[in-house]
Amino acid sequence: MKNNLLFDFTVDKGAKTVFLTREFDADLSLVWDAFTKQEILDQWWAPKPYLSKTIKMDFREGGRRFYAMVSSEGVEIGWHIQDYTSISPKTNFKFLSVFADKEENPFLPGSNWDLNFTEQNGITKVSITIYNDSLERMEKMIEMGFKEGFTATLNELEILLSNKNK
Amino acid sequence: MKQDIFQAIADPTRRAILTLIAVHALTPNAMAEKFDMSRQAVSKHIKVLQECQLIKPEQSGREIYYHFNPKKMQEFDNWLAQFRKNWETQFNQLDNVLSTIKKQKK
Repeated sequence: MKNNLLFDFTVDKGAKTVFLTREFDADLSLVWDAFTKQEILDQWWAPKPYLSKTIKMDFREGGRRFYAMVSSEGVEIGWHIQDYTSISPKTNFKFLSVFADKEENPFLPGSNWDLNFTEQNGITKVSITIYNDSLERMEKMIEMGFKEGFTATLNELEILLSNKNK
Repeated sequence: MKQDIFQAIADPTRRAILTLIAVHALTPNAMAEKFDMSRQAVSKHIKVLQECQLIKPEQSGREIYYHFNPKKMQEFDNWLAQFRKNWETQFNQLDNVLSTIKKQKK
């Protein structure tokens, strides 16, 4: 789906912070649900061909989401914990995100996520700030993203090539 | 201890050194002078930058000049570009999910 909705990505390397801003063609309550309800989250919270699989989720202050990244073969390849630290319905929520093992043991430190939601004329803007406690964590976060994205790119190439051969 | 690139560029002095070296190679003495630092302090920064390959030394006569290594910086930018791409992919997926839900509601 092509669109001309805003997407902004900036990194402050020194401050160990990543800023993401994206607009969505939907009203605020729907976008809020897409970020806070597991049945919708699991449809998009992982770059293809990976899937996010929520193992448990309790969306309230002090609550937790524990989820796995699943490969296209259905294998769980990584686990994440998000601990919700603050929730202002349909405005903002914050969580601490950490890598974990499959027994839900966290690998500290983590990164702090701050998500803001605003709506104007039926377009909802989501602004995300990701602050990493440590530089090692930021490296790890980006490195994992690199690996996952690289595999995704290779898979896309494979599909493209097999279609061409037909 | 292994130095990583993030640690190297987190320090404002090292970022300043990199900015200077990117323009032209410098000797440790020239760096110390420019930043009004001791030779010892400069050596520490050089060590960190060199261990993560952001700069490389080149002997020129009796002096050692430190050069900026743009390839290493490129590697770092590639990581970031991939991270950005992942989020672009995820947000495009979310676009599709949102439009499906909107259709169902009608």
